[in-house]
Amino acid sequence: MKVPLIAWLTFQEARRRRIVLAALLLGAAFLALYALGFHFIYREMTRHGANSPANPDVKFGLNFILMAGLYVVNFLVIVLAGLTSVDTISGEIASHTIQAVAAKPIRRWEIVAGKWVGFAGMIALYVLMMAGGVMAVPFLIAGYVAPGAAQGLAVMVWEGILMMSLSLVGGTVWSTLANGVFIFGMYGLAFVGGWIERIGSVMQNETAVNLGIASSLVMPSESLWQRAAYVMQPPLLRNVGMSPFSFGSFPSGAMIGYSVLYVATSVVLAVFLFGRRDL
Amino acid sequence: MTTTPKRAAIETWGLRKEYGATVAVADLTLRVGAGEVFGFLGPNGAGKTTSLKMLLGLVHPTAGEGSLLGRPLGTPAARKQVGFLPEHFRFPHWLTAREFLDLHGRLLDLTVPVRREQIKRLLDLVELAAAADRRLGTFSKGMMQRIGLAQALLGDPLLVFLDEPTSGLDPFGRRLVRQIINDLRDRGVTVFLNSHLLSEVEATCDRVGFIRDGEIVDVVPLHTLLAGHTEVELRLGRVDDALLAGLRRWGEPLRVDDHRVTLQVRGEDALPRVAAWLVAQQADLYAMTPRQYTLEDLFLRIVEKPEVGR
Repeated sequence: MKVPLIAWLTFQEARRRRIVLAALLLGAAFLALYALGFHFIYREMTRHGANSPANPDVKFGLNFILMAGLYVVNFLVIVLAGLTSVDTISGEIASHTIQAVAAKPIRRWEIVAGKWVGFAGMIALYVLMMAGGVMAVPFLIAGYVAPGAAQGLAVMVWEGILMMSLSLVGGTVWSTLANGVFIFGMYGLAFVGGWIERIGSVMQNETAVNLGIASSLVMPSESLWQRAAYVMQPPLLRNVGMSPFSFGSFPSGAMIGYSVLYVATSVVLAVFLFGRRDL
Repeated sequence: MTTTPKRAAIETWGLRKEYGATVAVADLTLRVGAGEVFGFLGPNGAGKTTSLKMLLGLVHPTAGEGSLLGRPLGTPAARKQVGFLPEHFRFPHWLTAREFLDLHGRLLDLTVPVRREQIKRLLDLVELAAAADRRLGTFSKGMMQRIGLAQALLGDPLLVFLDEPTSGLDPFGRRLVRQIINDLRDRGVTVFLNSHLLSEVEATCDRVGFIRDGEIVDVVPLHTLLAGHTEVELRLGRVDDALLAGLRRWGEPLRVDDHRVTLQVRGEDALPRVAAWLVAQQADLYAMTPRQYTLEDLFLRIVEKPEVGR
């Protein structure tokens, strides 16, 4: 059983390659900027003394700023999950690096499963660091904790894993570049589909809503973000407005179930395609 | 140097690989005995690397079957005691040499003390002990090839595949590869060598197989191959038809003029008899110059013959 070994290798590679370092440095810069901005906004909000985090207006304001921060983190997670995994299989096939490994007494599925586990661990850690960092800012400055924070974090991790799983499938059949176009194209589709659904829902246009739903079935990443954002907002706030994190309708638990099926299918497909592939 | 192998290290029957309409390997039927050093020769694009990849389970054959060390091709068990140095190979540039070997030792299920001992020994063998903790990204082409060799020897394999092992190596490196192959032979390890450098093959192999257009055209023990093809140039007082007819019993005259006959004989043993016969015929023999074929001559003859005739 070589899955833990390949997972370890994948994690180490992600850790040592500059891409993760760059993501962490940018992430740290973002967190610093975010904390600074939050500090000033919060000071402005509470200037008149009487306003405390218990005040609904302040609470909504804090949540809005928190969601804005998480929205950025969500995007960073997508980019990191996509970029680190996009060439892990196609690149190693192209550079022949995979040959010496696959010629060892190892099963092909162990290579795919190991990479999946390694990247999943890396994504989880990154989400916890970045989203955790963003959540720590309002907590440390204003003592504010969003509702459903744990579930929201878990869904954000899952969204990154979904993106990465799809990229493993693409990597078994296409070159790195083609795979990159594929996964970010899929993400773009889901993103635009999410907005079409939102606008359609406000304008009560059923066709637009259905288009949005269809796109979220093809690529459920945006639905997962919507779900994460939904669970982390106070009930009153999440149903109003037209911000990137408030929605007329929200993805149900069935959508989470669908995404689990989606990831499982992706992994099985990646294992199958990589197993058949000539290296 | 050839032994008559009892057990087979590699056995294949009708291995075939098609990529769409292109046939990369038409029929690979081969038996390499345990302990043999086998050279696999053929022009570029003849199907050497594809054949080797099929043996290692990297490429799925379209048809045919085979075994490595008695275990069916394509299974992890078949690769358990097999080492492989891929052609133009690259390794994760972010690992150090030691970490890289450790990783491959773990892929082979070697225990920590075994890995530690073997990594030290192999780094010494390929003369990279001083660079053990440097990242592979900083390695030169030759160093990369050496670390690849060390990787192929991890776990004391019983069968080692070397695909162009001397590519990128300087003369010292090439000598090292020769030494390693000879050491492996002494330890009874089977070596399957893909090489363009025929002098390497000539210096190391027991038997050679020639592949052309995806098909094995000949498999022969190297020493009989080389000894079996000797050319001798005879400088004589005069050459006539009776003399030529008499010489034909040792081999076909390749070139003939008034005073010279170049004869291809089967082995050096024929030379004293040719000389004795000529003397008995009272022919004036001025000079007798034997020339042994190199593997390169034979390679060109065996592999390129049909093209010449076209």
